[in-house]
Amino acid sequence: MSLLLFLAQTLRIAIPYLFAAAGGALAERAGVVSLTLEGFMLGGAFGAVLGSHYTGSAWIGLVTGVAWGLMLALIHAVCSIRYKADQIVVGVAINLFTVGITRFFLQLAFESSSNSPRVAGFGGDAGSSAAAFLTNPLVWMGIVVMPALWWVVQKTTFGLRVRAVGEHPQAAASVGVPVNRVRYVAVLGSGALAALGGVYLALDQHQFTDSMTAGRGFIALAAVIFGRWDPLRAGLACLLFAAAETLQIQLQAAQLIPSQFVAMIPYVLTIVAVAGVVGRSTPPAALGRTTD
Amino acid sequence: MTTSPSPTPAVRLTAIEKRFGAVRANRGASLEVRPGEIHALVGENGAGKSTLMKILSGAMPCDGGTIEVGGRDVTGWTTAEAIASGVGMVHQHFMLVPTLTVAENVVLGREPVSVGTFDRARAVREVEQLSEQSGLIVPADRLVADLSVGEAQRVEILKTLYRGARILLLDEPTAVLSPPEVAELWKVLRRVRDGGATIVLITHKLDEVMSVTEQVTVMRQGETVARFATRDTTPEGIAHAMVGRAVDLSVREGRSVGREAGGAPALEVRDLVVRGARVDRAVNGVSFTVAPGEILGIAGVEGNGQTELLEAIAGLRPVAGGRVLLGGADVTTLDVRARGDAGLSHIPEDRHRRGLILEYSIADNLILGQQHHFQRRGVLDGAAIAANAATQIAAYDIRPTDAALPAQALSGGNQQKIVIAREMARPFTALLAAQPTRGVDVGAIEFIHEELRKARDAGKAILLVSAELREVLTLADRVAVMYGGRFVTVLPRREANEEVLGPYMTGAKREDAA
Repeated sequence: MSLLLFLAQTLRIAIPYLFAAAGGALAERAGVVSLTLEGFMLGGAFGAVLGSHYTGSAWIGLVTGVAWGLMLALIHAVCSIRYKADQIVVGVAINLFTVGITRFFLQLAFESSSNSPRVAGFGGDAGSSAAAFLTNPLVWMGIVVMPALWWVVQKTTFGLRVRAVGEHPQAAASVGVPVNRVRYVAVLGSGALAALGGVYLALDQHQFTDSMTAGRGFIALAAVIFGRWDPLRAGLACLLFAAAETLQIQLQAAQLIPSQFVAMIPYVLTIVAVAGVVGRSTPPAALGRTTD
Repeated sequence: MTTSPSPTPAVRLTAIEKRFGAVRANRGASLEVRPGEIHALVGENGAGKSTLMKILSGAMPCDGGTIEVGGRDVTGWTTAEAIASGVGMVHQHFMLVPTLTVAENVVLGREPVSVGTFDRARAVREVEQLSEQSGLIVPADRLVADLSVGEAQRVEILKTLYRGARILLLDEPTAVLSPPEVAELWKVLRRVRDGGATIVLITHKLDEVMSVTEQVTVMRQGETVARFATRDTTPEGIAHAMVGRAVDLSVREGRSVGREAGGAPALEVRDLVVRGARVDRAVNGVSFTVAPGEILGIAGVEGNGQTELLEAIAGLRPVAGGRVLLGGADVTTLDVRARGDAGLSHIPEDRHRRGLILEYSIADNLILGQQHHFQRRGVLDGAAIAANAATQIAAYDIRPTDAALPAQALSGGNQQKIVIAREMARPFTALLAAQPTRGVDVGAIEFIHEELRKARDAGKAILLVSAELREVLTLADRVAVMYGGRFVTVLPRREANEEVLGPYMTGAKREDAA
């Protein structure tokens, strides 16, 4: 297998991670725990297939996918910010809720408990040449999402305020920064970004399958932690995880090592990363805490 | 109580009411400040001073009463509106984001913008300009996390000036400063005042009131009880108004005859090294002894290793090097309970985090850490616990007296009395007292100081750490100054005073008297 093919495959796997991790980095920098990335992705994937199915347009699918992400993020924001619920509990609830609601609508819309019919998507048909995926606009968006987020966080007043409310919300409030409004925007942004990860998955495969995100949201969250909440480093972590996954697929095909062990690689890498092997990572000081 | 005839006061608060649950923090409190004056707002802890200032600064709404600023009724305004009208508050607990730079903190919420993005260069330039004008020297590009306490406070004041504050509210600004930093602060405040600003200073230090303010308003239990022109009053007069009775303010010195002679030390520390959370060697080779019947006071600006030192001696923090001896026996490897049973008592600096379990009853808190002495066949002995509670509540005048109440229902002073009662009741030879009177009212301070003296006179060895230099000078027989993890000097009480200790506290002078 050529190096180019390996890189292409890595990028293809990394795109959903990049979107979801961007969402995670944004919300967590503002002090809101992002256990919900998985749910946002799954909702985004289903929303995209619905939109694409009924209109025949992948672009409209993209919009409806993001709308689903925003809707779920709004639930998260209202519970966590307005009602100060425990953000981890809310996160778990939203993830389970999304699995259920997508299953429900899958049955309702497509009369199937496992998958939707084929819909219009991006980047050529499944099984077409590996280079075809470069025609997918989401790939290009995914490539720039982390640098763009870094620029927003580091260079704009909004980013400065996001960092302030994530570290010391009382201090931000004391100078008149509307803490809750900044957090709402960050959480909604995180919903839209993570949903794009799901949109990519669904429109790349041209269909929705039940629970198709398969834990990618959690791996993206691990990438955020691995990257110490910095968008650029989190982006590199996404690429690293994706490379491990590509390697796993290749090794599995080669049948050198029992496939079960090979399949563990990305997850072991995640555990190693999150356990702090790369040095201590300090989360935003106010992560998970709401204030009056 | 006289009211000044000034036509338009800078600030007028009338009949302010504020309730927190069952507690009435402000009960018809009032305040009137004339433009261009430095006005002291004094009162004991819990008198409602901070609440009143938070209401004035828009940080919280009031339940009743009116707020006027410059003659305009602004009742119920928000922080943002207050800032826009030139009212700025410097909080007791700094409101700074440690991961942002000085300049970013100063401009936060009012950031200079160019082409839609944050103009960092201009922020730095503006902060440097303002810094020069006001005499508040700060490194604009450094992270706030890397600043000293004094620098952080200057950033806080700059923040308010950057927002064009004409009325500055400062909540106990000197609590964390060393004497030279305090002098510097007064210089800056006078300069700001001479520039036309009005300053309200919350404090409970009467010497500050006398030396820098023109007017004093005294609060007690949520009410405004007195108002004086500073030059027409005395510290005793103010204290009387604060407490509602005459108070003895004379600093009673530790016995000038120290216990230089006599016997084996009750507590000995040799070459102690302790790692801190942020500093590698928070305690960097400290050695000392405390004799029976002696109080060794450790002075110093907070954050110079005092916390780590005491926690290491208590067994709460691992020791990276050195030894701790109690009555000659090495206890370095013993755990907290074993050290307690070996005769070590500990009044921790943070009663909420270490000293008490706030949800537990008074009775249970009174046996915390000694529960193994209050059991029979592995079951807690309710009768013994109740008897112990009854005795301690009476002996230490803990109020309210209902032993079943949770500790969080008590005032700070009474909570601290629980801790002190518990630690004094056990058999001990050495006592670690960290900030024993922090956040307690004047009456309780007197009581706690008396208890510490009694223990000393009964032959106990006491190691006292306090951020209040005055407290160290009041109680200690010998005074050590801790700076940068080391003892930079150790002096007998009679040679120690603020002028002598100041330079050591800032690190300007050291003799490494370890």
